[in-house]
Amino acid sequence: MDNREVLVDIKNLRTFFYTEDGVVPAVDGIDLTIHRGEVVGLVGESGCGKSVTALSIMRLIPNPPGKIIGGDIYFHGENLLAKNDEEMRQIRGDKISMIFQEPMTSLNPVYTVGNQISEAITLHQKIDEAEAKKRTIEMLHLVGIPEPERRYSQYPHEMSGGMRQRVMIAMALSSNPELLISDEATTALDVTIQAQILDLMRGLQKKLGMAILIITHNLAVVAEMAETIAIAYAGKIVENASAKEIFRSPRHPYTYGLLQSIPKFTEKKTNEPLPAIEGMVPSPYHMPKGCRYNPRCPFATEKCREEEPEIVEVTPGHLIRCFHPIES
Amino acid sequence: MATKLVEVQKLKKWFPIKGGIFSTVVASVKAVDEVDFFIYQGETLGLVGESGSGKTTAGRTLLKLLQPTGGKIQYKGADITDYSPTQMRPLRRNMQIMFQDPYGSLNPRMPVGDIIQEPLDVHVIGTRKERHDAVTTMMETVGLRPEYEKRYPHEFSGGQRQRIGLARALILNPELLVLDEPISALDVSIQSQIINLLQELQQRLNLTYLFIAHDLAVVRHMSDRVAVMYLGKVVETAENDELFDHPLHPYTQALLSAVPVPDPDVKRERIILQGDIPSPVNPPSGCHFRTRCPYAMPICKEQEPAVVEAAPGHTVSCHLLTKK
Repeated sequence: MDNREVLVDIKNLRTFFYTEDGVVPAVDGIDLTIHRGEVVGLVGESGCGKSVTALSIMRLIPNPPGKIIGGDIYFHGENLLAKNDEEMRQIRGDKISMIFQEPMTSLNPVYTVGNQISEAITLHQKIDEAEAKKRTIEMLHLVGIPEPERRYSQYPHEMSGGMRQRVMIAMALSSNPELLISDEATTALDVTIQAQILDLMRGLQKKLGMAILIITHNLAVVAEMAETIAIAYAGKIVENASAKEIFRSPRHPYTYGLLQSIPKFTEKKTNEPLPAIEGMVPSPYHMPKGCRYNPRCPFATEKCREEEPEIVEVTPGHLIRCFHPIES
Repeated sequence: MATKLVEVQKLKKWFPIKGGIFSTVVASVKAVDEVDFFIYQGETLGLVGESGSGKTTAGRTLLKLLQPTGGKIQYKGADITDYSPTQMRPLRRNMQIMFQDPYGSLNPRMPVGDIIQEPLDVHVIGTRKERHDAVTTMMETVGLRPEYEKRYPHEFSGGQRQRIGLARALILNPELLVLDEPISALDVSIQSQIINLLQELQQRLNLTYLFIAHDLAVVRHMSDRVAVMYLGKVVETAENDELFDHPLHPYTQALLSAVPVPDPDVKRERIILQGDIPSPVNPPSGCHFRTRCPYAMPICKEQEPAVVEAAPGHTVSCHLLTKK
């Protein structure tokens, strides 16, 4: 068990979107705990609710159509959902920062990168412009951007994708946050650049000691980065355990199926078909009754089609939401 | 001895950049710059590389969807480099392509049955009834329900759309299929379904694949041989296991070491490359990789490395292998 202080505690979070075509239960009862200095991976396919969870923590759900309709998000024991907009602004970008998949659309094209980072710094810290510039250059240096003084006055379009993502990280870390949320931050990058950025994030995490919530669909990325992994499916967490447990003895059929279905880079070529998961992710407008994975699950029974399983702790620190867990 | 279905030699595709008041060519994007590779009948050649390496352009130039700037393309021994569109036409039936983007590559205003049938209409094959029957059979082959033929692309998921794209590519019964990142836009659990389908169809229909991808785990699973591209050049080619187990080019080594592995217990020795891929408008002199290479030597700046056969079927272009 983890003796570290709990930093973020999400309890039964429910975020729905009310669209013209119906109600989308994007996040429907997600529980997640992040300890101080811990790296947690939140993994799932498109539509599983992983990004909406992150935006809910940041209280950045566009309303309308989205709305957090239930649950609590505790940060240092205080409920973020009870904060007003002004209080949230103090926390966002200061104690909790976020980096996104698309660094080009997250940066403002008409301001220099130095300008944008300085702005983030002066918003949260009482320092003058010259001091902010000095701190910005320090941050650019910290994230491994060569010639930070020159880069300070460049515009986002003058930089490559990897450089822009470094700028985003510099901006996110400039306030020395306690939690960094990385939403598919390396997905759009080439593999050699991804390796650079992951290496950078690992190094900075050790140095600065912040907690990181890594949101991704890439199991290999969380295997490398995270201590704890939560697997999400159709708006719910289906399994939550240490990275070792998830990869060594997955208990939920979905986790097991996913791990089986990905081609293994380190294994020799065979002509055997991959053990694929049949079917597809359910439409958010027509969630299946009972366990949401039941239409694709090889172990589904009548009970799975009727009743929804609760998430339970099967062994210390290993939680699953399944009536018929795989034997470890 | 396996026969080569297609072979390119010194293949070159430069895109002109025009500028000035007379729109003269001021520079060129050297997307593919003197590339050699071949594909045996019935095999899968994996073509890997990062964005901007020229792998997609190489695939399209191979099919003559883009007219090469230089070099030679041979299909079944015939030099097709300078074939006119009319000459290409009968050949096109044999060489098809499937695209990455399942959203942009299908006409949103056409029912999927018509999309799949269109190549038959274009090539005027069979009667109306025969064409329709062919569509029904093909939809079943790729795992789509034939009764969906009247539906439009937006009614299908990403994985199903890739099946539609595959059905369209296969309806003419081609020999060669260029797969340009066919699964990278799909969800993880859908990727394996499409990979299995591609492999099953290859066996059944005796297809030859050029598999263009950046996901090295998938390339390892799919390919018989693999060619690695960097900035318009093929730097290394070898059989699958040979390339992954004994990479010789420093770029291949770095690329392979950068791939994250889905196993928290595996701690890999990582070669972190510095910097980014340079611009293909103005690639570095000599070896294109020298600006990021941890072993760069003075000769790398002066001379382009020759292609050497380090082991049977394993070719590399790097000065480290040519020096004594």
